[in-house]
Amino acid sequence: MTKKFSQEHEWIELEDGIATVGITDYAQQSLGDIVYVELPEVGKKLTKDGDAAVVESVKAASDVYAPLDGEIVEINEELDANPALVNEAPETDGWFFKMSLTDESQLDELMDEAAYKDFVEGL
Amino acid sequence: MSDHQTELLKTALHDLHLELGAKMVPFAGYDMPVQYPLGVKGEHLHTRAKAGLFDVSHMGQVRLTGENRVAELEKLVPGDIAILKAGRTRYSTFTNDDGTILDDLMITNAGDSLFLVINAACKDDDIVHMRANLGDGVALEEIDDRALMALQGPEAANVLARFAPDVADLKFMSFAELDIAGIPCFVTRSGYTGEDGYEISVPNSGAEELARKLLGEDEVEAIGLGARDSLRLEAGLCLYGNDIDTTTTPVEGDLNWIINKRRRAEGGFKGADVILDQLENGADRKRVGIKPEGKAPAREHTSILNSDGEEIGEITSGGFGPTVDGPIAMGYVAIEFSEPGTKVDLMVRGKARPAEIVELPFAQHRYFRG
Repeated sequence: MTKKFSQEHEWIELEDGIATVGITDYAQQSLGDIVYVELPEVGKKLTKDGDAAVVESVKAASDVYAPLDGEIVEINEELDANPALVNEAPETDGWFFKMSLTDESQLDELMDEAAYKDFVEGL
Repeated sequence: MSDHQTELLKTALHDLHLELGAKMVPFAGYDMPVQYPLGVKGEHLHTRAKAGLFDVSHMGQVRLTGENRVAELEKLVPGDIAILKAGRTRYSTFTNDDGTILDDLMITNAGDSLFLVINAACKDDDIVHMRANLGDGVALEEIDDRALMALQGPEAANVLARFAPDVADLKFMSFAELDIAGIPCFVTRSGYTGEDGYEISVPNSGAEELARKLLGEDEVEAIGLGARDSLRLEAGLCLYGNDIDTTTTPVEGDLNWIINKRRRAEGGFKGADVILDQLENGADRKRVGIKPEGKAPAREHTSILNSDGEEIGEITSGGFGPTVDGPIAMGYVAIEFSEPGTKVDLMVRGKARPAEIVELPFAQHRYFRG
């Protein structure tokens, strides 16, 4: 299983050709209490760096961008009833959506865990 | 954050904010705490449950003295200041010649003077406006050696009375000069949360000492600007620059209550012709509460549509209310859609989402009226 990270603070975990996507612990901490997550519909085609989801804290709405090209195959329905899951377990139960990938080689452009850690420390 | 922004101003509590782990943001030229480690939602709920301490020292404090101070100030605000007894406070607005709002403010009759609290972002313009328009027999003093903090919440009175027993008897919108923990303060029983509480003007030299004493009490947490905004929105209180500004009149802003019978009869304030006409004949639009039906918050500048899909107004403040536990908003709609219960749609990210016009506030006020 490969876990990668984007500069937009998403994590991407690839398993059997399907990527699970969420926001990182760093992202949830800087957003604060998450009160609403708007997820894309299953079947929606995503373009890398295009709009994918919206996450809202008490203060503001923030866009979540697609880290890769592909198509939504599943969304985390739990987040509708319990958006705070993103604060509590951002990199496990608080996942946003799963997508099939158009081009798995796009993963190579993303950071691994060590590189993301350095990236965040440099912010 | 931009490297070439001008140097931000710091309040007397700046070091304390950093020590408490606040996340600081630029606000109206000041480096201010937007939240502490407790977080916006936690701070909001704590204030409604117990007591929160807010640094609002960025706001302007002004003293007017001189024998004509009341009559001259009445030329700039539509409120009745002459009727205000010593030790009483009133909310009002500075209006323009076209009847729109330059700022909103608190006016206290401090006996020998009028004590004003004005918005941070407007204070320089307000002072220019007052200096230009207040006639002879009034002296304006900008008070820049005092901090301002607010202690708000159901436990605020219990906490503050430990340091100054007399504050317990002070009624909502009343003022007293008294020592708190030996520090000479101006105290009004007022605030911006809908809760009981106080705003405390304290010399800069004693501000940190007083803040530390109050934060040392079990009931009190430090609260940032983030929760200040969600608390005031739930309380249905206007944020200048969002909900009222130089495009809105007090009548459109649903602030008719700030203009009493005498001022309606006599006029004599800037923009009176426009405002009195709107009081008589109604305005075309009105500020209202808006409750989105789903869970998605609708933020400022969201379009409000009628059932035919026509735009009838715009949200001016919108977000999530932690006490309401859902999205809340206020904004302006055409007058025929302003009745509570009216169904509207909000255009959020290209989708029309159902909402309803509701009475304000979203969270009931709990002021101490004695």
